[in-house]
Amino acid sequence: MIRFILHRILSLIPTIFGVSVLVFFMIHLIPGDPAEMMLGERANEKSLKILREQLGLDQPLYVQYGRFMSRLLKGDLGRALRTNEKVSREIADRLPATIELALMAIIIATVIGMLAGITSATRQYSLFDYVSMVLSLTGVSMPIFWLGLVLMIVFSLHLGWVPLSGRLSYDIHLEIITNFYIIDSIITYNWAAFKDTLWHLVLPAFTLSTIPMATIARITRSSMLEVLRQDYIRTAKAKGLSLMMVHYKHALKNALIPIITVIGLQFGILLGGAILTETIFAWPGIGLWILNGVYARDFNAVQGGTIVVATMFVTINMFVDILYAWINPRIKVS
Amino acid sequence: MTNDQTFKSRGPLLEALLRLRKNRIALAGLIIIAVFLFMAVFAPWLAPHDPLEQSLYSKLKPPIWSEKSDREYPLGTDDFGRDLLSRLIHGSRVSMIVGVVAVAISLFFGTLAGAIAGFYGGKTDNLIMRLMDILLAFPPILLAIVIVAFLGPSLRNAMIAIGVVSIPRYARLVRGSVLEEYAKDYVQAARALGARDMRLIFVHILPNCLAPLIVQTTLGFASAILEAAALSFLGLGAQPPTAEWGAMLANGRSLILRAWWVVTFPGIMILLAVLGFNLLGDGLRDALDPRLRE
Repeated sequence: MIRFILHRILSLIPTIFGVSVLVFFMIHLIPGDPAEMMLGERANEKSLKILREQLGLDQPLYVQYGRFMSRLLKGDLGRALRTNEKVSREIADRLPATIELALMAIIIATVIGMLAGITSATRQYSLFDYVSMVLSLTGVSMPIFWLGLVLMIVFSLHLGWVPLSGRLSYDIHLEIITNFYIIDSIITYNWAAFKDTLWHLVLPAFTLSTIPMATIARITRSSMLEVLRQDYIRTAKAKGLSLMMVHYKHALKNALIPIITVIGLQFGILLGGAILTETIFAWPGIGLWILNGVYARDFNAVQGGTIVVATMFVTINMFVDILYAWINPRIKVS
Repeated sequence: MTNDQTFKSRGPLLEALLRLRKNRIALAGLIIIAVFLFMAVFAPWLAPHDPLEQSLYSKLKPPIWSEKSDREYPLGTDDFGRDLLSRLIHGSRVSMIVGVVAVAISLFFGTLAGAIAGFYGGKTDNLIMRLMDILLAFPPILLAIVIVAFLGPSLRNAMIAIGVVSIPRYARLVRGSVLEEYAKDYVQAARALGARDMRLIFVHILPNCLAPLIVQTTLGFASAILEAAALSFLGLGAQPPTAEWGAMLANGRSLILRAWWVVTFPGIMILLAVLGFNLLGDGLRDALDPRLRE
């Protein structure tokens, strides 16, 4: 088992290395001169040359890559071309926002999704089953940016129940410690901020949760159905155990294995894929930051941000793999 | 002579098609797709107006059932006075093309990669799967955005990006199928008879891997349409004034207070088109799944 875990962790390294190569070469082969972009079209040749030297752009590509890698290994992701702030700093500032959003979304998705899936499986072919399966199919077919806009129109503009965008209202003051607003508001006993944060989280988190919710509901349903067909469930029912006991204690525990895998994978996807939701709700997370970097041709930002997100994604997937192998006694090594 | 009934064996493909016919959900999907295909092919004849034709006089007219609407424009107009219905119909053309091209790219390169990896095994397999792992290391939307950023924002590059992003899925699928089939007797028999590699792969092995591939292709169509709309929404796909559903949504974003129809209808189109392919894909998966054979 330990050997399996070590093997999986070690295989991360060539993957992340490959990711850095791919991202680096894609970004650096974009047409356009970053120096010219930074100084403007009318900059004189001398200043351009000095800036290019400073940025190391005059060296051949592989030398640039070598420098990039050596800096990367020291944790230096360069400076954002837009703001001249350290990329690592900007990412660290924005990551908590995305993590908070993704976490809330996955919690909503798991709770509702699993309940729906279990109820569907235990009442197969009932009206509930059909309705929830149609709803979940609709959920994965819906463009998330459209759903966000529609929900915004209904709940924010027309009903006024929730705020329109951002993480916090302008007039609420919150002392930022961890940059996780929920945690910060709790540890500073700032209940107004806590309430405000939650209200701001509700709509984006719910929007983001729809696709994972639908996926989790479907996998829960099919996994439960598989388990419910088994003989030991018939035995349990024959023994006279209450249906609740049978369904939740026996069936669910064994059905959980693929479900947990899906939950983990969906969380990973949310972390990097929240770009659309962050755009709609102006949520200052890392997805929106990378996207703005793309618009502004801020190569360092896009490069650093993408590598960080990809690394997180791959690491989460690895943990999910290991978890799966650990709970499932039938699978050990590939 | 005994009077025994001989059952003519129908073959797996025919069996699957018959099961599909009974699956009402897949049928619904097929009908939806047929409607969209029809719209896409006959768009210039179906659309009442030119989708690019602006009319400053008819800006932001509401749909026909509201007051102040214009019967000329059944679903209303956008902020450039362009007829929404015509743009929606032409949008289906764009989406269908995007689906075909993107899926073709991932299907072709993914199958090639997966077949070579599964068939030759060893270091080739290792190398190819490592490359796939690198592609899979990115959340899909992010990778598509970076590829389009690299290639330049345009519909063509969006199609390429979406195609590339999905290659690993097909590669893994085909590799798994190839590995499974390779071990079977009929392949080994053909090998023993002296069949060359290419012939083995294309004539013997691949035809038997078709089932999951068909399912994946159908579902891949659905996600291609969704991803193309997302990229266009972000300004990285179809460029204005092209009538594409995602781009129309982006345009309508600033108008949600004044003109709800500009936002609602394109979204519904995306939803229905994607739903159609998902329904068909799910139905196909159920029909082709050997485990469900009774």
